[in-house]
Amino acid sequence: MQLVCPAGNLPALKAAVRQGADAVYVGFRDDTNARHFAGLNMDDKQFDAAVAHIRQHQRKLYVAVNTYPQPKGWERWQRAVDRAADFGVDALIAADPGVLNYASQRHPQLALHLSVQGSATHAAALEFYAQRYGIRRAVLPRVLSLAQVRQVAASSPVPIEVFGFGSLCIMAEGRCHLSSYITGESPNLCGVCSPAKAVRWSEDAEGLSARLSEVLIDRYTPDEPAGYPTLCKGRFLVGGKRFHALEEPTSLDTLDLLPELTAIGVEAVKIEGRQRSPAYVEQVTRVWRAALDAHRGAPGSFRVKEEWRQVLAGLSEGSQTTLGAYHRSWQ
Amino acid sequence: MKLSLGPVLFYWDKEQLSNFYAEMSALPLDVIYLGETVCSKRRAFSLDQWLGLGRELQECSQAQLVLSSLTLIEAASELSSLRRLCDNGQLLVEANDMGAVQFLAERKLPFVGGPALNLYNGHALAQLLDSGMTRWVPPVECSAALISDVIEQVRELGRAVPEVEIFAYGHLPLAYSARCFTARAENRPKDDCQFCCINYPDGLALTSQEGQALFTINGIQTMSAEVTNLLADYSGLVACGADLLRLSPRAQGMAEVVAAYQRVRLGETPPLFVEGCNGYWHGQAGMLRVEEVGLC
Repeated sequence: MQLVCPAGNLPALKAAVRQGADAVYVGFRDDTNARHFAGLNMDDKQFDAAVAHIRQHQRKLYVAVNTYPQPKGWERWQRAVDRAADFGVDALIAADPGVLNYASQRHPQLALHLSVQGSATHAAALEFYAQRYGIRRAVLPRVLSLAQVRQVAASSPVPIEVFGFGSLCIMAEGRCHLSSYITGESPNLCGVCSPAKAVRWSEDAEGLSARLSEVLIDRYTPDEPAGYPTLCKGRFLVGGKRFHALEEPTSLDTLDLLPELTAIGVEAVKIEGRQRSPAYVEQVTRVWRAALDAHRGAPGSFRVKEEWRQVLAGLSEGSQTTLGAYHRSWQ
Repeated sequence: MKLSLGPVLFYWDKEQLSNFYAEMSALPLDVIYLGETVCSKRRAFSLDQWLGLGRELQECSQAQLVLSSLTLIEAASELSSLRRLCDNGQLLVEANDMGAVQFLAERKLPFVGGPALNLYNGHALAQLLDSGMTRWVPPVECSAALISDVIEQVRELGRAVPEVEIFAYGHLPLAYSARCFTARAENRPKDDCQFCCINYPDGLALTSQEGQALFTINGIQTMSAEVTNLLADYSGLVACGADLLRLSPRAQGMAEVVAAYQRVRLGETPPLFVEGCNGYWHGQAGMLRVEEVGLC
């Protein structure tokens, strides 16, 4: 199983390569990718260096052009596809049928991966993209149970990549407009969720408040840890009760499922977090590389080491991890 | 301008559904969407019963009847049901997932592209037109300007523009999850949900800790708390190229909503102001009423 790691900049990419990533995925510095954050992603010069580094170490480089273009920006997405092809990347990760069609027609040699933003959760949807655009791999949304992943992998026309670790989208990716409903900016169109520019922190007698476009997402007492106000992870009122009505601040961690995912025939496991620091990429990649190697060396006696768990928990939202939708009880 | 009645997004029991459609069949609606789009566990009506209802409505109403497909397909059983729905042999289908698009394209059947398909530009639309799409319901977060641009781009590509149907009234369907948030609010596991969403025919309100209405919980679907209403934006809807306006069912007062839209499409001056949000239509955060915040 291939280990696919995130990089929002060159130091993160080098950290991933150093710690044994098989492939690194990156984005251009604009809204053509789903991590369109200030200061993140690479310009052409950095991209040149990234490609050279990847080639030198014989790894793979994937580029995400995985937001949905609007007519006025179409040329930007075209250009992003052309640049990816010109850089000779190993795969383009895309979701929009127009973008996929353009890439498959204009650059038939460029391998296409269906992005998680494509929301394809079963074989019939994957068939749509495989027949029309010849996709070589698909990234599954984080909404399927392990049994469902098994079914999809068995019936899919293309190999499957799944998320292994990182921030947990609790909604089907590509099918969530919560952010644009509150802030006007969405993952599909702008490449952002709960954008930083909409965040306002304030402290008063009632505690520390985290707001998004002035909507109160959560309020913390002095002894509570405060997290980034991603709007699906706030505490709200439902039926008079105050709780994490949608999800707690927590990260996905599937180290425990590694034997099953391998047995299912999942081709690649993806680490989330292009917006995270090089130190995050370094540590997560190191743990996952060690786990994959340990499993490959002795599949029968694979056990998740306590040290791995501690490292990953320390990098997780709210220091908590979950198996997410892979485990029915989460649903 | 045509008026359509969207599929019922909430879980209503059989009696409520039957009464609702009996009432709606007498109203001036051009299209009525049937079927379950949110959760496959909801079984007030089986596929055969939806088709039976379709036949009944066909006799007493002039409306075109369309069967909407489930939006988030996870289990193999749901995929089989989707295949059966596409093979229904009777009603046009609204595809709310690319799997439905694939099944319908394989069968060379025309279809409606529902609001859960991510179609935001003319090139993407052209791909779906090639697959048989004849009507496009844009994602609910699209603005008037974006929809106009998409239509223009489809024309530039030399393609015939499909019918365009705008989500004009109702709670906006915003997100879909593997998790059932109604069951979570009632502290039940999803696998033993007891169909608890049937107790909330208008969904379950979610507010901020300050009491600000944010979302409506509807099983695995999260909807807007505010009801969108584009009646005051009627001239903009016409100008942008809308062919149909979708009115999304609520438990109460739908006949009045249909009547209000009917009066305006027959020539009455639209109201200057209506309750509910219209931010998306104006390129703003969806929850806003732009007249109230001075953006319009």
